[in-house]
Amino acid sequence: MPHFDAIIIGAGMSGLAAGIRLAMYDKKVVVLERHYVWGGLNSFYQFQGHQFDVGLHAMTNYAVKGAKGLPLSRLLKQLRIRHDELDLHEQGFSAVSFPGVKLKFSNDFNLLRSEVSRAFPQQIDGFDALTKAVREFNELDLDAPQQDARPVVRRFITDPMLEDMIFCPLMFYGSAREHDMDWDQFVVMFKSIFFEGFSRPQQGVRHILKLLIDRYRKAGGELRLKTGAARILHENGRAAGVELDNGQALTADTVLSSAGLVETGRLAGSAGLRSNDPNEASLRSEGPAGVVDVPSTTGADRMSTRQAGQRPALPKVGERPVLPGKLSFTETISVLDCPAKQLGIEETIVFFSNRERFNYEQPADDVDTSSGVICMPGNFRLPDEPKDHLVRITNIANYDRWAALGSAGFQPAPGSAGLRPALAVDVSSTAGADRMSAPNAGETPALPYYAAKQRWYERSCADVLSHIADFRPHVKLVDMFTPRTIRHYTGHEGGAVYGSPRKLRTGQTGIDGLYIIGTDQGFLGIIGAALSGISMANRWVLQREGVSEPAA
Amino acid sequence: MTDEQIKQAIIGIISDIAPDEDTSNIDPAVRLREQMDLDSMDFLDIVMELRKRYGVHVPDTDYMELASLDSCVNYLRDKMAGKALVS
Ligand SMILES: Cc1cc2nc3c(=O)[nH]c(=O)nc-3n(C[C@H](O)[C@H](O)[C@H](O)COP(=O)(O)OP(=O)(O)OC[C@H]3O[C@@H](n4cnc5c(N)ncnc54)[C@H](O)[C@@H]3O)c2cc1C
Repeated sequence: MPHFDAIIIGAGMSGLAAGIRLAMYDKKVVVLERHYVWGGLNSFYQFQGHQFDVGLHAMTNYAVKGAKGLPLSRLLKQLRIRHDELDLHEQGFSAVSFPGVKLKFSNDFNLLRSEVSRAFPQQIDGFDALTKAVREFNELDLDAPQQDARPVVRRFITDPMLEDMIFCPLMFYGSAREHDMDWDQFVVMFKSIFFEGFSRPQQGVRHILKLLIDRYRKAGGELRLKTGAARILHENGRAAGVELDNGQALTADTVLSSAGLVETGRLAGSAGLRSNDPNEASLRSEGPAGVVDVPSTTGADRMSTRQAGQRPALPKVGERPVLPGKLSFTETISVLDCPAKQLGIEETIVFFSNRERFNYEQPADDVDTSSGVICMPGNFRLPDEPKDHLVRITNIANYDRWAALGSAGFQPAPGSAGLRPALAVDVSSTAGADRMSAPNAGETPALPYYAAKQRWYERSCADVLSHIADFRPHVKLVDMFTPRTIRHYTGHEGGAVYGSPRKLRTGQTGIDGLYIIGTDQGFLGIIGAALSGISMANRWVLQREGVSEPAA
Repeated sequence: MTDEQIKQAIIGIISDIAPDEDTSNIDPAVRLREQMDLDSMDFLDIVMELRKRYGVHVPDTDYMELASLDSCVNYLRDKMAGKALVS
């Protein structure tokens, strides 16, 4: 039976980054990925000859080459990647757009400041004070007491609309909580978006993933695709290894899981997770204790084949059950017949709300199209004109409603050229209007799931028109994914992109040798997830070894 | 290994860790942290690389001995004795 120094569950950003660190220092390490392609929430696929990114709108945390002490610089050094290799190109400018008010921002913070001073002249002193508080807060201090961000921000900002305009991008790009954020999370997101800013490689996320995969393989790491972890094995409170979907067992000293907190708890079985985290007492759970709404798992869902039909018990950390996140998203992708700029759309990204108060919560309906994120990847300052001219719109969506929509007969097209044939079929089924792609043979667009996609695609596009020019006459191909797609391809309960509202900062689970990495350790986004994998691999494998070895 | 080679060994490690840093003008008497963007994660890597390349173990209580090139040389002189420079 093969024995590993470390088994890593998931080949997303965090799993790959952790894998590189361990392989680099000659650890025997294997990354297990249930899907047949790596990337997790940040992946890519081909559809009718077009290349699409799943996650990436923008890399946050932009840092120029040689910048000191910033997250991106730290990441590059830890993974031995040169800045140039990332091929990053900065945004033009972006905007937060609310009824009657638009605030532009760019990678130069002065633009946002001058926009606030123009649109909210009464608030600029407060805004400066807030900026100062953010700058001075050390978000890496894991011992700082947890507090809500809204009350802190309200000490400085008294106009509710400005408050919501500041929260809107930060929440969309990284809040697992509804309505509010933890203050430290607010600071992380504020710095990564407003201070540091957006950039993107010419080739999108596949370029970053290729760098990571190459590094990992070159360092001697093993990657097993189409290999799911069915159970995490542990004995007497100590992790022993992993049982695969095919029943085979792999043993290891350490298991790092990027499957998510709730999901990892389920993999570890009824013993559940406990926390050794000293901050545990102050970790919050949302909603009254004991009243827990678990998204039901459908039998068709391969991520839960072993639990089909059952409602598995929620894992617990400490006394309170860990709640799965409620925030999931739909995304519509429209391929235009001309660059967005030709239609007068100049922004790289627009965070919008059609209401004065921005409501970040799971909608009662399938989708909340009254707010969202509009991304024009072609409006980064790319050296080459991109092949496809895209408009991508992200809206908050309700997983349970999408999961309940019937789609019997849903079959991936065999031999479809795309990396994600299931998604491709899925998506082309939204086609109906003649400007859209022809449906694939064998699909049934009349099924409620596909009909819902068609309907919401149209709503989603119609509801952004007070923020950007009407691009609809120029759409030649569309694609759309839903919370169900996210669940299917990443295994995250409820399609929760930002994971559980509870984060385990130290990664410790109460089972010795089993640690949480990625989103539910508390660092989000591409850079955040990768840094999470790195810091957990350092702390629980590389450093631990240094400590336990007798001094020579 | 000569003192000069020990310096080369450390500089070699730093330029692998931080490929975007200019390592050609390091002042051996000044703390490394003051001359370039190195944080505690990077010092962990210097220690890990010393072990990987030269089989030298630096316990974490001794990390501060690696503060400058000169202090590295003093601290590592005995440990690196008889070893060949890895490029
Ligand atoms: C639509 C969308 C847009 C986004 N936009 C941006 C953006 O513009 N900028 C940005 O920085 N971030 C963005 N993100 C967020 C970013 O993608 C994530 O924060 C980050 O990729 C999370 O990485 P992770 O490693 O924590 O988790 P994941 O990427 O989810 O990795 C977990 C992996 O584990 C695998 N897995 C799960 N269970 C098992 C099991 N039992 N056995 C084997 N494998 C398993 C999954 O298949 C998955 O590959 C976006 C996400 C989405 C969905």
